[in-house]
Amino acid sequence: MRYSLASLLLNAVSGQSRWSPAWRSPEPAGHYDVVIVGGGGHGLATAHYLAKHHNVGRIAVIEKGYVGSGNVGRNTTIIRSNYLLPGNTAFYELSLKLWEGLEQDINFNAMVSQRGVLNLCHTDAQRDAYVRRGNAMRLNGVDAELLDADQVRAFVPFFNFDNARFPVKGGLLQKRGGTVRHDAVAWGYARAADRRGVDIIQHCEVTGLRIDKGVVTGVETTKGFIGAGKVALAGAGHSSRLAAMAGMRLPIESHVLQAFVSEALKPMIDTVVTFGAGHFYVSQSDKGGLVFGGDIDGYNSYAQRGNLPVVEDVMESAMALWPALGRVRLLRSWGGVMDMSMDGSPIIDKMPVENLYLNAGWCYGGFKATPGSGFCFAHLIANDQPHPVADRLLLDRFTRGALIDEKGVGAQPNLH
Amino acid sequence: MRLPCPYCGERDSREFTYRGDAGPTRPEADEAMADYVYLRDNPLGWHKEYWLHTVCRTWLVVERNTVTHAVGTVVPARNQRAAS
Amino acid sequence: MSGFRLAQGGIVERSTVLGFSFDGQKLQGFKGDSLASALLANGVGLVGRSFKYHRPRGLFGAGAEEPNALVTLGSGDRTEPNIRATTVELSAQLQATSQNRWPSLAFDVMGINNLLSGVLAAGFYYKTFMWPAALWEKLYEPLIRRAAGLGKAANLPDPDRYEQGNLFCDLLVIGSGPAGLNAALVAGRAGARVIVCEDDFAFGGRLLSEQYEIGKAGAGQWLAACLAELESLPNVRLMARATVFGVYDGGSYGVVQRLVPEGVVPEAFHARQCLWRIVARQSLLASGAIERPMVFAGNDRPGIMLGSAVRTYLNRYGVAAGKRLVVHTSHDEGWTTAFDAQAAGIETCVVETRDTVHADLIAKAHRFAVRVVLGGRIIDTRGAQGLTRVTIATDRYQEHIDCDGLAVSNGWNPTLHLTCHHNNKPVWDGPRACFVPQHLPQGMRLAGAVTGDFSLKDALSQGWQQGAAVAEDCGFKPAAFEALSCSDDPQEGVSVWSVAGKGKAFIDLQHDVTSDDIVLAHREGYRSVEHLKRYTTLGMGTDQGKTSNVTGLAVMAGLCGTGIAEVGTTVFRPPYTPVAIGALAGAHRDRHFRPTRLSAAHQWAVEQGAVFVETGLWLRTQYVPKSGETHWRETVDREVLAVRAGVGLCDVSTLGKIEVQGRDAAAFLDFVYCNLISTLPVGRTRYGLMLREDGFVMDDGTVARLGEQHFLISTTTAQAVAVMNHLDFCHQVHHPAWDVRMVSVTERWTQLAIAGPQSRALLQRALGQTIDLSDGATPYLACRNFMLAEGVPARLFRVSFSGELAYELAVPADYGDAVVRHLAQPGREFGLTLYGTEAMGVMRIEKGHVAGNELNGTTTARDLGLEKMMSRKKDFIGRVMAQRPALQADDRPQLVGFKPVDPAARMTAGAHFLPIGHPATIGHDQGYMTSVAYSPHCGCLIGLGLLQHGPQRIGERVRAYDALRGLDTLVEIVSPVFVDPKGERLHG
Repeated sequence: MRYSLASLLLNAVSGQSRWSPAWRSPEPAGHYDVVIVGGGGHGLATAHYLAKHHNVGRIAVIEKGYVGSGNVGRNTTIIRSNYLLPGNTAFYELSLKLWEGLEQDINFNAMVSQRGVLNLCHTDAQRDAYVRRGNAMRLNGVDAELLDADQVRAFVPFFNFDNARFPVKGGLLQKRGGTVRHDAVAWGYARAADRRGVDIIQHCEVTGLRIDKGVVTGVETTKGFIGAGKVALAGAGHSSRLAAMAGMRLPIESHVLQAFVSEALKPMIDTVVTFGAGHFYVSQSDKGGLVFGGDIDGYNSYAQRGNLPVVEDVMESAMALWPALGRVRLLRSWGGVMDMSMDGSPIIDKMPVENLYLNAGWCYGGFKATPGSGFCFAHLIANDQPHPVADRLLLDRFTRGALIDEKGVGAQPNLH
Repeated sequence: MRLPCPYCGERDSREFTYRGDAGPTRPEADEAMADYVYLRDNPLGWHKEYWLHTVCRTWLVVERNTVTHAVGTVVPARNQRAAS
Repeated sequence: MSGFRLAQGGIVERSTVLGFSFDGQKLQGFKGDSLASALLANGVGLVGRSFKYHRPRGLFGAGAEEPNALVTLGSGDRTEPNIRATTVELSAQLQATSQNRWPSLAFDVMGINNLLSGVLAAGFYYKTFMWPAALWEKLYEPLIRRAAGLGKAANLPDPDRYEQGNLFCDLLVIGSGPAGLNAALVAGRAGARVIVCEDDFAFGGRLLSEQYEIGKAGAGQWLAACLAELESLPNVRLMARATVFGVYDGGSYGVVQRLVPEGVVPEAFHARQCLWRIVARQSLLASGAIERPMVFAGNDRPGIMLGSAVRTYLNRYGVAAGKRLVVHTSHDEGWTTAFDAQAAGIETCVVETRDTVHADLIAKAHRFAVRVVLGGRIIDTRGAQGLTRVTIATDRYQEHIDCDGLAVSNGWNPTLHLTCHHNNKPVWDGPRACFVPQHLPQGMRLAGAVTGDFSLKDALSQGWQQGAAVAEDCGFKPAAFEALSCSDDPQEGVSVWSVAGKGKAFIDLQHDVTSDDIVLAHREGYRSVEHLKRYTTLGMGTDQGKTSNVTGLAVMAGLCGTGIAEVGTTVFRPPYTPVAIGALAGAHRDRHFRPTRLSAAHQWAVEQGAVFVETGLWLRTQYVPKSGETHWRETVDREVLAVRAGVGLCDVSTLGKIEVQGRDAAAFLDFVYCNLISTLPVGRTRYGLMLREDGFVMDDGTVARLGEQHFLISTTTAQAVAVMNHLDFCHQVHHPAWDVRMVSVTERWTQLAIAGPQSRALLQRALGQTIDLSDGATPYLACRNFMLAEGVPARLFRVSFSGELAYELAVPADYGDAVVRHLAQPGREFGLTLYGTEAMGVMRIEKGHVAGNELNGTTTARDLGLEKMMSRKKDFIGRVMAQRPALQADDRPQLVGFKPVDPAARMTAGAHFLPIGHPATIGHDQGYMTSVAYSPHCGCLIGLGLLQHGPQRIGERVRAYDALRGLDTLVEIVSPVFVDPKGERLHG
């Protein structure tokens, strides 16, 4: 049933009895034209855009857990396109544009809320770097504003301006950035893809790739072999394991990133802010929880949990920036497995095995990329050509030296 | 997390700095350098990795499980080839 | 509800009366009360409003499980929202306020949501508010945000202090009920280091809430004796008000201890809370269990409580939950509630869902004159703001019973949250009808009700056995277990998850998740536990579903036609209960967020009136204004001109300094620097450039050869730690056999740059005969060890960042202050000017020296015009990767200088270069300005930047485009060396 005012009222008077499952739970067919491995945000978005824009035949999404059980349901829900480097800026801007029309596209309210993303700077050098970045954004047609310290103070007057170890000198504001209700993204894409005939197969783990003379022909799964014309990997933190099934190693390490939410409070902050002198970013959800995060724990991990030093580090930054948080209480923390790439930027590319495609390396920026990633991955799968805004997100950039290293820290994933 | 430094005993992970996979060795051949710098096994499970104990300045090769975070044997990196 | 204080009973101190307030109303309680028990004793039944429908709510539990009774404590900057009244230790003058209601708790306008509940079903917001799209952010979302949230935080700086500490033990006991205490006793007696953490403000756990007997006496006597003995043991530490909130790796536990009761202002300089990091060889989780409610129509009214909570109020606090009590139970425990209440003089009726129970219970009910209804269900309740009546139904009849209290008992859920913190899922135990832990975090053991064995006898014996086992593992010899006689508490029961009836039946009381919401989630396919939780928000409130999760799963299992085991459960994540962010941050706030590093010459700079700037953790002199100077630029211009015309002094101690020694030191430095170091003669200094293994520039600095096998290298301030780690790595991992040793001496030496044409004269005056500074003896790039005075070794380097004749003088940091003052003496005669990082920055840009803005981690030696430094005669870190095609590409932006065509025009760092006559789009982007400064020498702004084909375009013009600042400045491409391009001034 389509979501509309009419269907909502009809159900209100009928005790919510007319709704049907948001998506079907089919058994896998023997063969699909495209099998997407990974039913997270990126995999589901890929399925949706493939089904909507490309004529590729039957599509399946295979998910080892439940839909959205990975990072799409365990992030800090921020969207933005404030990137510096060619290869990133235009790609993330496409993604942001897709966010802006998402709800009408998928008929699901994902609560896209463009409440602004403000990056604070605390040194002259940091400001110079933000100016360079902001100007790169403007050259790409992306909105960006430079705020001085007084403008930041007017924006978020409750931050620590007068007694800070690293005083705020200004900030880079992207007003079109904001937040999205993360689970709704997975569910909305799943429902939209399902309505276009995509089979979403949950609780089905891929255990191997069947490769015949350098051509992939399907996937071995816990529900048996599923044949495929093309296989598209969107396994996020588990990408290395999927690539290993094709005998490949990736320029990726898996790391754990923790995120946090406070108890629900009446509105305290109306925007997304990142601290520039420590690892901390914060926003407030519509439900009232302050959602915040910091740095990755910093060691290879597939455990969806982290350790106390990083918890403390994030809270120290929280208090340094916003001393009112002392009496706000941390409700829940969790961890996600991040596919940290060697230059901090993602990969959307064909693999050396024929008909095998890779979407990986999202580091801890994967959520905001969800629509763009799905859109460009679908384009690549359908056309065997990268989408123009994703034509630098290629695997061979590491051997060529065409790195997209926003932070400038080199081939050490835990520093990105 | 707690890591046993062979010289200093078991210490909190705050005293250590992580570097990454201790598997690859810096190659003699130029052609192998890109793989050495960029490609990783990234295993699910046991992983040999470099940690610096910043207190005694020893680079260690730590065997650690990437799923359970359990810590296995720890040897100074300077002895690793002798040990393996 | 009309609770009241009984004339006797409980363990509160009736002699100590404490005044407190709730919503402004002045009330009294006793020492030993919780805020909840004191409210109940005063007959306060309505304590809060629910999250979504704003329904009136009362106390539901008596501990951490409480979903309803959230209050705001304190006022002003000490306002603390969302505090569970059930866990607050009552204190004098405690000020509590209800929340999430307007205008008052009794009359809440948002209660209208209750009438709209037909529309506001689970997940309704995902299906609407989409038309028209623009209204989401303008109208719908602001409304939702205002309506959502619970308490209101003050948003004022937290005035209180927090501490942090580390503790180590053999056994960490979590929970001080009978199991935990017995474990502590046996392990403590055996000599093990034991820490007992108790969440509550009193030790004893369920012993405080029940009328148990241990040995031949009441449990209270056993508890008192046990605590007295534990307190007497020096190896045992008892910690009350200490919540173990998280289990981390390697036996690390996060514990937050409330040093004062919530709502109490700590004494001056005392902390409010302490974060303990406890490292335990083993832990024993003895956290007990939380009682389960039943789901029936109207089960959320004030006056409806868990049976265990009713007994806690009765037995621990001497407070009756009502004058007429109905017990709705499917378990024998419910009968205990009835007997305890009836014994206290409260008229009680048991509505038992089972048709038959043990004959002893029936007999006892007779003795106590408790009315019993077997095979009964509650199908409706009444009472607008507090329970007044329940409707019971049996197979044969329906009946209204007037009552003001209803105790609900439906078995127990083990409090196993901490067992899940390493992602271990509990498993469903069919016979015992509860989830029990299966896999535990390394080093954790269980005892008592958390295992799913709910009897006192089990708790005592398991506690002892587990405590003894830990002691043995740690090398102690514990005593053998001796069973104590104790009361046998009732065990039997069935699980009744949901009772059919008309009207809303709540599962999650805080988030207003009803059984209908679970039905809807099931209908829409949100059936997996995580989907159920996320779609309905079941268990996502501040109580994290302690009374609702399992019930919700059971209802879903019923709808799916499967067992609870198949549905599974979610994983509980840290923290166990919410933790104040202030406690996790400790003292790291305001100016103490991070340590501040000061040079040994800092105090002298302060005396000179220096303005300081943060450089990493260091504070460095930024500039030193003189009286009468009105703008920082005026000061900086003066400092620059003073150095170029006379002599200036700048503290450069913050640069990283690393001593490298050994037979292979030269070979090692050849390996880590891209240029050749081994050819450097003793007594000379050379500029060194270090690459990362990926071929990009990592850092630069100087290398001084103090001896054949002795080098001193410098790093940038920012990279000092990274370079040291890198060098140790290169040695220990790549070349462990090489004879080389290195140590960071950054903090051991104070280093002062003395620059300007008069620098030699000044230094010679100050240093006297200790060193010959003549060009012959100390030429450009010389380095010297010498004795500044008896016992004061010093080093002199003739290096220059400013382009002037210059020296860097290094002395042991202990003498830094004395030496800078020693230089300042003759300095007065020479007009010595203290200059800071700003003037240094101007001069380095004037000389085209690269610094942090250019060494940004994405530039190559070639980009910076330093390609020739990369030696072809040796291997070095980064050599191979630097040869990659994209790093050699012709169109990579390269370093050049810039001047505005109009000398008065503004030019900014961060501007991008665009060709003249083309639109401002990314396709025309040719590079960016890295550094800009005003050059008094040039009389205009000058800049360094990276521009495509820059070195071939000297003399051309481009636009420096800074859209953020609205600037589009025509600039001329010039050589990056603006002052003294031939380098003649270096020689004075």
